[in-house]
Amino acid sequence: MDLLGYGAFFLTTALIFSLVTLGLNLQWGLTGLFNVGLAGFVAIGAYTSALLTTPDDAARLGGFGLPILVGWFGAMLVGGIAAAITGIATLRLRSDYLAITTFGVAVVVQLVALNAQKLTGGPFGIGFIPRPFGSLAETPLLFNLSNLAVVSAVTLIAYLALEHLSRSPWGRVLKALREDERAAISLGKSARFYRVQAFAVGGAIMALAGALQAHFTGFIAPDNYLPILTFQVWVMLIVGGSGSNLGAVVGSILVWAIWAGSGALTSVLFAPEQQARAASLQIVAIGVMLCVILLVRPNGLFGDKPLRARFGKRAKAAAGEST
Amino acid sequence: MNLQFVVDGLLTGSMIGLGAIGVTLTYSILRFSNFAHGDFMAWGTYATLAVVGATGAMFGKIAPIAPLSFGWPLIVALIIGMAITGLLALLLDFVLFARLRAKGQAIIVVMASFGASMALRSLLEFIFTSRPTYFSRAIQIAMPVGFGIRITPDQIALLLLTAVLVLGVHLLMTRTQTGRSMQALSQNAALARIVGIDVASVVRVTWIIGGALACVAGVMIGILIQIRPFMGFDMLLPMFAAAILGGIGSVPGAVLGGLIIGLAEAGAVQLIGAEWRAAVSFIILMAVLFVRPVGLFGVRER
Amino acid sequence: MSETVLDVRDLEAGYEPGVPIVRGASITVSKGEIVVVLGPNGAGKSSLIKAIAGLVPITGGTVRLDGKDITAAPAHTMVRLGLAFVPQTENIFPLMSVEDNLKVACGILERRETPARIEEMYAAFPDLARQRRTVAGNLSGGQRQMLAVARALIVHPKVLVLDEPSAGLSPKFVAMVFDMLAGIRKSGVTILLVEQNAKAALAIGDRAYVLVEGKDRHEGVASELWNDPVVAELYLGQRRQASEKGSAA
Repeated sequence: MDLLGYGAFFLTTALIFSLVTLGLNLQWGLTGLFNVGLAGFVAIGAYTSALLTTPDDAARLGGFGLPILVGWFGAMLVGGIAAAITGIATLRLRSDYLAITTFGVAVVVQLVALNAQKLTGGPFGIGFIPRPFGSLAETPLLFNLSNLAVVSAVTLIAYLALEHLSRSPWGRVLKALREDERAAISLGKSARFYRVQAFAVGGAIMALAGALQAHFTGFIAPDNYLPILTFQVWVMLIVGGSGSNLGAVVGSILVWAIWAGSGALTSVLFAPEQQARAASLQIVAIGVMLCVILLVRPNGLFGDKPLRARFGKRAKAAAGEST
Repeated sequence: MNLQFVVDGLLTGSMIGLGAIGVTLTYSILRFSNFAHGDFMAWGTYATLAVVGATGAMFGKIAPIAPLSFGWPLIVALIIGMAITGLLALLLDFVLFARLRAKGQAIIVVMASFGASMALRSLLEFIFTSRPTYFSRAIQIAMPVGFGIRITPDQIALLLLTAVLVLGVHLLMTRTQTGRSMQALSQNAALARIVGIDVASVVRVTWIIGGALACVAGVMIGILIQIRPFMGFDMLLPMFAAAILGGIGSVPGAVLGGLIIGLAEAGAVQLIGAEWRAAVSFIILMAVLFVRPVGLFGVRER
Repeated sequence: MSETVLDVRDLEAGYEPGVPIVRGASITVSKGEIVVVLGPNGAGKSSLIKAIAGLVPITGGTVRLDGKDITAAPAHTMVRLGLAFVPQTENIFPLMSVEDNLKVACGILERRETPARIEEMYAAFPDLARQRRTVAGNLSGGQRQMLAVARALIVHPKVLVLDEPSAGLSPKFVAMVFDMLAGIRKSGVTILLVEQNAKAALAIGDRAYVLVEGKDRHEGVASELWNDPVVAELYLGQRRQASEKGSAA
């Protein structure tokens, strides 16, 4: 019975990760937009929803005690707007600028979470975030299972919607733009608008995942949104295979299993005072794994197709025009 | 407003600027933003620390050079540390970046550098733990120099060192065949090969310069502040912002960008508070991207 | 006749395996000659000389320079081997001064020799001498070609290989570029060039090849090729017809 409870708990967390990875897959896998600050967008969602739904707290702004669903929509809206602004600032430039800017977004969000006590509760974070089925908390198993049901439903809806989107004309335009960054830049405003849309929708999905997580645990703090989160999600997407929504979900579950499993293993194998060090070794291992996959199997498990050898094609095109 | 922020800003700016030189060179010559560059800083600092420790064990305690807080062992260790960091950068290029570059996917290289950054930093945490450490725990007395500004001998020495290094790199880039080759490669890689430039050797020089300067920047942080595995990662955003503000590919631009960001950070610390320091680079970065994405000395978008 | 400098035999080259663009081309260039490669669009002219210069992967055949096999030698070793290549476009470093553009090409020269060699180039190209501090990107189209050629010549190449030196230039500059090439040949440099501007190229060339679908299909003395019916059929036909129609109208 305990095992079932843990299984539900594990799967809930893994599916929330899946949702973030799905958002990243829309940005990177489908559109080729590089987001290394996704932890920031997850945090924006979590904090927005927490602010909207928690009971009034004299120490900070809000909470407004609104229904959970309102919190989720608010999270998506704010996350989407933040992503859209980031995109507008950088998508006319080379992709590296987007990477650097998203990295900056994560740093600044982390900073706000830590320091803007009136808004975010500072280092201690926000507690008393209403949990769906909170009344079931007396019976943990039922509580975990109902949470799993909610998260599964949301993930499934996001998955189906993204599958539909990637097959729609909209998705095909995004893929075409992904194939040639220079074309995407030179096509000007209309192409840029498509990419901003994709980036914003991806950001909204990440924010929704952040909100789900906040309402699942009932408590958030800045520590939840460190760069390690960004890194984990990237590994999940690359393992699963970028470009594939199925890959994003499977990769997330798999990598989370490896992560949780190796974490459990270190806590068994190492003395408590050595565990922090062992945990850093865990990150080293995952980092090396990411690099090895990029080198050896860049399409991951379900990647839709080889990422094109861009220079070869372009060189050929360049030769073609002058022969 | 207290003018002390000028000294603080120049020092921070020196650290950022030295790091940003490596970022800007890697970006313009190898065409990717290296997220592991901050970790070169940290690795260089820990390597220097390890060499200082080793010489201490071998030769016993050597007195610092008055009035500085450090002596010959640190200077020698810094030079060795610079070499080690350069080699680390070369090694990482050999096992990872060069292979991905050969596949022609620039943004995959960026991602790999992000993964490598995580791995390198966590490896430092594993070896040295995340507890901060120091080259010297001695407290230096800051001398008043007028206008309400105080400065320590260490700070003067490190500012001079920065000036010498920046001038050296600038002369290397503009007056030597190696430097011209680096410029050529950043402007037109295909033509560079045609005129007989061996791209592989220029790439090696680029990594060694970037790594060595990152090490110096890291050791500066170590001497003036403290040594932590995250010390370089925390510098990443300021370094990128400085490189972009200065104009990608421009060494003087990177240094000037670093100084501007350093001064702005120091000013912000005085006016708003230290906790918001990290936001300064982001605001400057966004401003540059909206107003003049080629930066101060940039010529065109690449 | 005189000795062969560049000897290309049955060359096959292309960017992707199994998709050759150059399909068995053979050409020779003798010492002191100007040899022109003509051909319709898409014939693989550019790819042919890029393959010779080490910029397009070679899948078959040989390239010999002064008897030495240089087939598929890395591009950056070509100047040392004696082959200097001038690409069609982007053939200067736009952000460097004229002088630095020349200096950066002197990597294979003795360091002591470099300043004198640069002055020799300035003497040969007085326009460049007047602009030595100018950032190369600010030069006019003709001056850019001049700089690109000077940069290639500075290393005493055995053969100078040019990809459409007149492309994109205004008529005034086209004449200037071909005058320049004729002058360079007089100083004893061997030249191989690919050109779309057949008439102007044949006027200064000694011999010419017509390349069609990646293979040399015809060879002859340059001055005779313009009136050669085979050439007209292979390539020049459409164009001449078009121009005659144009002048008749």
